[in-house]
Amino acid sequence: MRNFVSQRAQEIPPSGIRKFFDLALTMEDVISLGVGEPDFRTPWNICESSIYSIEQGVTSYTPNKGLPVLRETLSTYLQKHYNLPYNSDNEIIITSGVSEALDIAIRAIVNPGDEVLIAQPSYVSYAPCVTLAGGIPVPVQCTESDRFKLNPDALQEKITGKTKALIINFPNNPTGAVMNRKDLAAIADIIIDKDLLLITDEVYAELSYEGSHVAAATVSDLWQRTITLNGFSKAYAMTGWRVGYLCAPKELCEAVLKIHQYVMLCAPVMGQVGALEAIRSAEEDKNNMVQEYRLRRNMFVAGLNRIGLPTHVPEGAFYAFPSVKGTGLSDTVFAERLLKEQRVAVVPGSVFGVGGENNLRCAYAVSRKQLTEALGRMESFLNSL
Amino acid sequence: MHEKDLELLRILEDNSRLSAQEIATMTNLTPTEVEERVHALEATGVIRKYTTVINWELAGNGEVSSIIELKVSPERDFGYDRIAERLSRFRQVKTLRLMTGTYDLQLLVTGKNMQEVSRFVSEHVAPMDRIRETATHIIMKSYKENGNVLFEQQEAERLPYSF
Repeated sequence: MRNFVSQRAQEIPPSGIRKFFDLALTMEDVISLGVGEPDFRTPWNICESSIYSIEQGVTSYTPNKGLPVLRETLSTYLQKHYNLPYNSDNEIIITSGVSEALDIAIRAIVNPGDEVLIAQPSYVSYAPCVTLAGGIPVPVQCTESDRFKLNPDALQEKITGKTKALIINFPNNPTGAVMNRKDLAAIADIIIDKDLLLITDEVYAELSYEGSHVAAATVSDLWQRTITLNGFSKAYAMTGWRVGYLCAPKELCEAVLKIHQYVMLCAPVMGQVGALEAIRSAEEDKNNMVQEYRLRRNMFVAGLNRIGLPTHVPEGAFYAFPSVKGTGLSDTVFAERLLKEQRVAVVPGSVFGVGGENNLRCAYAVSRKQLTEALGRMESFLNSL
Repeated sequence: MHEKDLELLRILEDNSRLSAQEIATMTNLTPTEVEERVHALEATGVIRKYTTVINWELAGNGEVSSIIELKVSPERDFGYDRIAERLSRFRQVKTLRLMTGTYDLQLLVTGKNMQEVSRFVSEHVAPMDRIRETATHIIMKSYKENGNVLFEQQEAERLPYSF
């Protein structure tokens, strides 16, 4: 029999942490700092409005772009909160999470052989999505000395005649790094000068702890060459609802919509109803969660530095990215031994591409009590080395 | 009020047993600064007391709680204040509020049993001057008190890993 698996499917690497996942599942009493999702439940008013809509029989397809009322409400929200002007009629698509938005955005712009720059360490799906679209992912390393911001010189260095686009994600998973307006302005000049497209995944925008989030599309003249991705998963503890959105200027949006129509048709309607309620009335729930994350961050990062794992203060998202360089262990060995010996699950930084080899991703989306316990166990582990 | 003070209040409202050291690491203050701010909040009466949320039903002491609505004729110059202050002196009155709507004062009253609550209402509250009408409602079960859910909730299961 032939090997039916396509060349491309063979080319994408399997998840680098699969064996951890399996191991952790077999163990008792594991404190997991590996989970990249909020530990809060979805605010009840969101759940309730979705349940009610199902009872009312709102269970059909929606327009491809998403419910008009959701797009209109979102458009107003984006303008008000981020100063982002997107027309609800033709510049916003509601997607099945940011994951889908990312995939269709890349497919809409990449020709075979195009190079797509990815600021790394980064979320794991960017590079495979580029590969699947026939493009060539090219990592641009963000270093600890730059507090994991994207350095304009590093960006400039990787640009060739084939470079088509740049993918960034700030606040960043896994580093928690944030780019302020000045940082973004520095890379904007290069993007415009080299005539690149920018895909910016801002799913952690609401989880910004030092000042408010700056949307990349509001910097300089980037708007016309930017695809903004965002969603409801992180800010409103709605990971399982699968609702995200993509915003782009009309012409780009139309191209993306064609792909969305064929591969997804529309995001699930009950998720869209919940998302609408989230924007309308879950602001305070969101703020309470953000405040709690901030307290945990301060406590956890101080603790990591105290026990001897140097950690920069993450300005956004809910990840701390401590360095294990001083321990003499690689990130993978450290993570494996920490799990086996002290039952604390973290993710080795190398999973997130270049620049993460000496670090661990620790999600502080667990209770303060668990964080304190995890710090104690990590300290015992360090003392045993 | 200063943002840091609000942050401290939110932390303490959730758990007043945290040490100054623990609160300090969460808020990026020094333990001394935390103590000074908390003392100031106590001194100005913003922080009234440190207390405990107890599920008395589970503790099984058999106490009875009731909500009592009062219609009251207000006094010239004083409105409801004097009678409210008088009522609030009773140990049995745990909570007392002035309300809009069909009645004026709302009392939360607890007692050892139904007889005790009803004796308190009929002997002490109802005969007071200016009280025109009372309505007593016995609380059958409490599901949530001051933001704290009192029934067991199932933890949502999370996989130990995800991206």
